[in-house]
Amino acid sequence: MNKKFKAFLSIVLAGVMIFGVTACGGGNGGGEEATTEEGKVLNIWCWNDEFQTRFNDYYPEVAEAAEDGSTTTLKDGTVVNWVIEPNENNNYQNKLDEALLNQENAEADSKIDMFLVEADYARKYTNSDATMKVADLNGVLDATADQYDYTKEVVSDADGNVKGVSWQACPGLIAYRRSIAKAVLGSDDPETVQAALADWDKFAETAQKMSDAGYKMLSGYDDTFRPFYNNDAAPFVEDGKTLNIDKNIMDWVAMTKDYTDKGFNNKTSLWQPDWAADQGKDAKVFCIPACTWEIDFTLTGNADPDGTKDPEKSAWGDYAVCVGPVSWCWGGTWITAATGTDNAALISDIMIKMTTDADILNKIATEKGDFVNSKSVIADLAANYEGNDFLGGQNHYALLSDSAAGLSLKIASAYDQGVIEKMQNSMKDYFDGNVDLEGAKANFETAIKEIYPEIETVNWPE
Amino acid sequence: MDKKPSNIRTIIAYIVLILLTFLCLFFFYILIINCTRSHQQIQSGFSFLPGKSFAQNFNNVIHDAKLPVLSGIKNSLIVSSCSAILATYFSALTAYGLYAYNFKLKKPAFIFIMLILVMPTQVSAMGFINIITKMGMINTLYPLILPSIAAPAVFYFMYSYMQSSLPLELIEAARIDGCNEFKTFNRIVIPIMKPALAVQAIFAFVQSWNNFFIPALVLQENSKRTLPILIAMLRSADFLKFDMGKVYMLITVAIVPIIIVYIALSRYIVAGVALGGVKE
Amino acid sequence: MNKRKKAAEKEISYAKWGYIFIAPFFIAFLVFQLIPLVQTVYYSFFEYYRSGLTVIGPNPVGFDNYKALFESDFLKYTGNTIILWIAGFIPQIIISLLLAAWFTDVRLRIKGKQFFKVVIYMPNLIMASAFAMLFFALFSDNGPVNAALISAGILKTPFRFLSSVSGTRGLVALMNFLMWFGNTTILLMAAVMGINPALFEAAELDGCSPRQTFFRITLPMIRPILVYVLITSMIGGLQMFDVPQILTNGKGSPDRTATTLIMFLNNHLYSKNYGMAGAISVILFIICAILCLLVYFNLNPTESDRKTGKKGRAARKEAVNG
Repeated sequence: MNKKFKAFLSIVLAGVMIFGVTACGGGNGGGEEATTEEGKVLNIWCWNDEFQTRFNDYYPEVAEAAEDGSTTTLKDGTVVNWVIEPNENNNYQNKLDEALLNQENAEADSKIDMFLVEADYARKYTNSDATMKVADLNGVLDATADQYDYTKEVVSDADGNVKGVSWQACPGLIAYRRSIAKAVLGSDDPETVQAALADWDKFAETAQKMSDAGYKMLSGYDDTFRPFYNNDAAPFVEDGKTLNIDKNIMDWVAMTKDYTDKGFNNKTSLWQPDWAADQGKDAKVFCIPACTWEIDFTLTGNADPDGTKDPEKSAWGDYAVCVGPVSWCWGGTWITAATGTDNAALISDIMIKMTTDADILNKIATEKGDFVNSKSVIADLAANYEGNDFLGGQNHYALLSDSAAGLSLKIASAYDQGVIEKMQNSMKDYFDGNVDLEGAKANFETAIKEIYPEIETVNWPE
Repeated sequence: MDKKPSNIRTIIAYIVLILLTFLCLFFFYILIINCTRSHQQIQSGFSFLPGKSFAQNFNNVIHDAKLPVLSGIKNSLIVSSCSAILATYFSALTAYGLYAYNFKLKKPAFIFIMLILVMPTQVSAMGFINIITKMGMINTLYPLILPSIAAPAVFYFMYSYMQSSLPLELIEAARIDGCNEFKTFNRIVIPIMKPALAVQAIFAFVQSWNNFFIPALVLQENSKRTLPILIAMLRSADFLKFDMGKVYMLITVAIVPIIIVYIALSRYIVAGVALGGVKE
Repeated sequence: MNKRKKAAEKEISYAKWGYIFIAPFFIAFLVFQLIPLVQTVYYSFFEYYRSGLTVIGPNPVGFDNYKALFESDFLKYTGNTIILWIAGFIPQIIISLLLAAWFTDVRLRIKGKQFFKVVIYMPNLIMASAFAMLFFALFSDNGPVNAALISAGILKTPFRFLSSVSGTRGLVALMNFLMWFGNTTILLMAAVMGINPALFEAAELDGCSPRQTFFRITLPMIRPILVYVLITSMIGGLQMFDVPQILTNGKGSPDRTATTLIMFLNNHLYSKNYGMAGAISVILFIICAILCLLVYFNLNPTESDRKTGKKGRAARKEAVNG
């Protein structure tokens, strides 16, 4: 069917070309004009309205946003058309892929102009020709000098060309319970706690102390995955057919197995109800490695389910954050320009305003709670922010502004989403005692080869 | 002599039925409880007691301009009821064609339908999308409705039902009375098949109502989307606005119309007893 | 005899109506399903998948996909699927037969019969994904089920349902049972209602016990529908997907023991691997077809049976009228 369709297409294309040649022969140079003229429709693809609300609220050229959220009209009359596809069942990427593969054949006004990606699969798109180099977008590259380096590394292609921008940075931290710290470590001061968690050996010592005092160090298996993975030496896949598992990952496996056998954790998995409950007032779990966005997204709600903001009735104010054994980051949303767009100038302007304009970023930080992607705005907040009530008055920007600057995510690869997911799943069976380590590794390899047929070998560290 | 065992039987029947009823309704109870709780309360654990957020969750669902609940209900109703009608009527027609007539291709046709009944459909979804795109039906409700005309499972049920409840003598009698074939089918066969039609109509309706996979591939505009897609959209919402209370509320809102349809049709099944039995 | 001959002559002249009546079904099938299906089979002989946004293939590879399939844990997933299906189907068919018999027994006076009939199908109205969300919360390590079992003294520490093989399989079976027993009961009830009530009246007059009535009259009379239930449930079981998929979060864990054949197929669709997915579909199709044909020809009345069935029906009719 496809072949027939291709044949049909090639005939049509041939026809168009012949027609085009004769038309040009007539001396009508209309073709050049079309390439420089901006389209009147901007199609933006995303999986939720996170960027849309920020765009509608803060992009200065917005004239009117349709009430049903389907479009936004700009002051010059350009219509921004939002294509929001839910993430469930990989639906967003499935549809995006189909549309990108058909991009060449689509009419100018229905081509994708911009689309959003997440860190774990950003490289899938930035390594392909579907995304434009930021350098080709007028002025964007220069404007992003103040952004954190890692946010550029994630969306770079194999040759180091940056292909997307983000308005947020997501440094990791360790959030801990002040009351438990006081009871076991004698102080809830972030510096004291940081000293007790300064490296993985000290982390284990503290875990033992927690266990002796009747507490759990961590809630679940996956909590410590990102800090380890983030410090891998090399990307999972470099040549397109070999998957190299870093020693860091195996350290995570060994540590988590050890903790599980010693009863240092509650055997939960990310996002599960039990995991969420472990962040509440009555939970006996000391700490959770988390990200800046998790403070607002999950931690606040889980610690204070009824929204009381009352330290008596909830864990409100009983949390504080410190950097922990290593620095790391997790997540974030990037904006990319799709190859074939007819709105390059508008996209440049949106990228510059939404991800580099200090005023706008300041508003996004203070009104939406994002850890914005600007060293100077964060430095300003580090100096002037009055402190977060939930964290007992701590100014977490001050704590994280340094570690965020040192973050790196050069090891991002197009395979991260699948590899991380399958690794966590397969190793859970090992932690649970359902299979031995060899069995878990074998299951991991099976799962990887199912979703990535091009991977021929999986190398485990010695 | 006959009374005692029947008493015990009644008691056993009550115990089993009450147990099953409890199991069945329990989930609706939790669903409704969860609609009355806020996102954080739901995340923090389980409760058998209602919370106080019902009105807020309801308002959040109804007043979210980006979440066209009403048009979602309308689209779901159109797709599900058309699918149910097409699936039952044409399956009965096909089953009748194969049951009541003798023709050369009768056996091959029957075996063919039985074979496609066992073909897994997951993998052919992409081919299906290709075809309807070429037919210009992408982003319309037609590709969700028209394929129900060929519903092998419904056909097979109709065929089995005819085997057990539709005597060929009856059709012969109708012919002798001078009915033409379509009339015979519509006036005589359909009424006899009413219980089977109602049963399969419910099943087809429910299946179509809860279908996510194909509609998510076909529909692109918010105004054309069906309820399961809207629920999926809520679940992948912006993390700052992710709200389980709203998700449970929309699930509940999505269940109400289907319960109404179900109860309406389930009465029909009972009425069908007399129709199905007495005619013979 | 004479009458039958006449009828046969008539049936020949009515043949075109047979074609007319089955035409819409086949047209819709051809347009919407056949071409995708043919494509499925066709691509099973090709290397055809996506690596990121790059399309690999289609390159013809003969039976390589089938070879790879049989070198994988395909048999394990087949086993998983059959275990999960049977664990749910056995309680489902027993309860459904029991309920169908009770609901249609005029001698058994159950108050609120109508209410019970309506309620048993209701779990099927909840979307599988929503149902799984509720199950997840109920059976979580510190969920209400564990809390109840501990406070009742049955357990000392929480049982981690979704981390144990039997726990996960048990929950999948329980969910399938809850979602589908009402459906089966309704089908069987509809079948029983199709039986001529005069037969039951005659049986009662003859002093048959409820058990005798059930085994001698109800069961044989609803045999076509029973075969239907068995076959469709078997197909549904072999194609089981959404319940284990959602309950295990797409993992099929622990140790891939809750991975069904379609979940296996679905894993290959992640990379749009139409080659392997097509091969799995074809093999699954062959397994389904063999099992269904076995069941169909062993249990369904054959042509000759149907004739005697008709005779039997006529005889019974005479008995009733007489």
